[in-house]
Amino acid sequence: MEYLNEMTLTFLSHSINESFARSAVAGFCVQLNPTIDEIGDIKTAVSEAVTNCVVHAYPDKKGWITMFVGLKPNEVVIKVSDEGVGIENLARAREPFFTTKPDEERAGMGFTVMESFMDEVILEKNNKRGVVVTLKKVLNKKQNKSCMNG
Amino acid sequence: MQVTSKIINDTMYLSILGELDEHSAGYARDMMDSLMKEGDFRQIIVDLSGLEFMDSTGIGVMIGRYKKMKQRGIPIYVAHPSKQIDKIFMMTALYDVMPKIN
Repeated sequence: MEYLNEMTLTFLSHSINESFARSAVAGFCVQLNPTIDEIGDIKTAVSEAVTNCVVHAYPDKKGWITMFVGLKPNEVVIKVSDEGVGIENLARAREPFFTTKPDEERAGMGFTVMESFMDEVILEKNNKRGVVVTLKKVLNKKQNKSCMNG
Repeated sequence: MQVTSKIINDTMYLSILGELDEHSAGYARDMMDSLMKEGDFRQIIVDLSGLEFMDSTGIGVMIGRYKKMKQRGIPIYVAHPSKQIDKIFMMTALYDVMPKIN
């Protein structure tokens, strides 16, 4: 088993589900005994990834967002995937201040925020359609023992 | 999400409370614009002590208000952000146009 514990949630791309998604991930990660700052970082990154699905993946209709969370002894792995319109140029989407919707007061800083708050961010095309964002964060760098280790 | 304001002398104190994300951004934008439209003030201090969460959607909201106030020559200052929000303001250089005060 790659992970100590894992969960998958699938929900519609309503913006009200952004707060649900980040709270659900935060609640699930508590078993690794993270610090308040680590939880804050994870919630921010998850919010960015889910917002991308809400705003960009499904511009005209609501679609499904799937969020997987896997827990390792000292690491959280989160995969946020959609089956939406996809991103043509994945590298360009990650550039700071790049946005396809400047007229909507969008800053284009979503990926920059994810990269700054997490240890690793991977952006890939999804198998069928859409994209998958993988977020990884090493926890307990100050050597706290996780609850799951007994 | 709640936005409140009060004017003391020539300063508008604007408080943003709750969570600012894509879901609440439209409401926050409309509330801030309507509060900033009225009253006699020469600067705005945005109090973020009650803002429990903000992601990059909030950057767009803040820059939009900054641009509107700049046209009227009214500076905006930011006070009491949480650690995560402080990090977002720093990485996007928002403090260059909206300085942080204590």
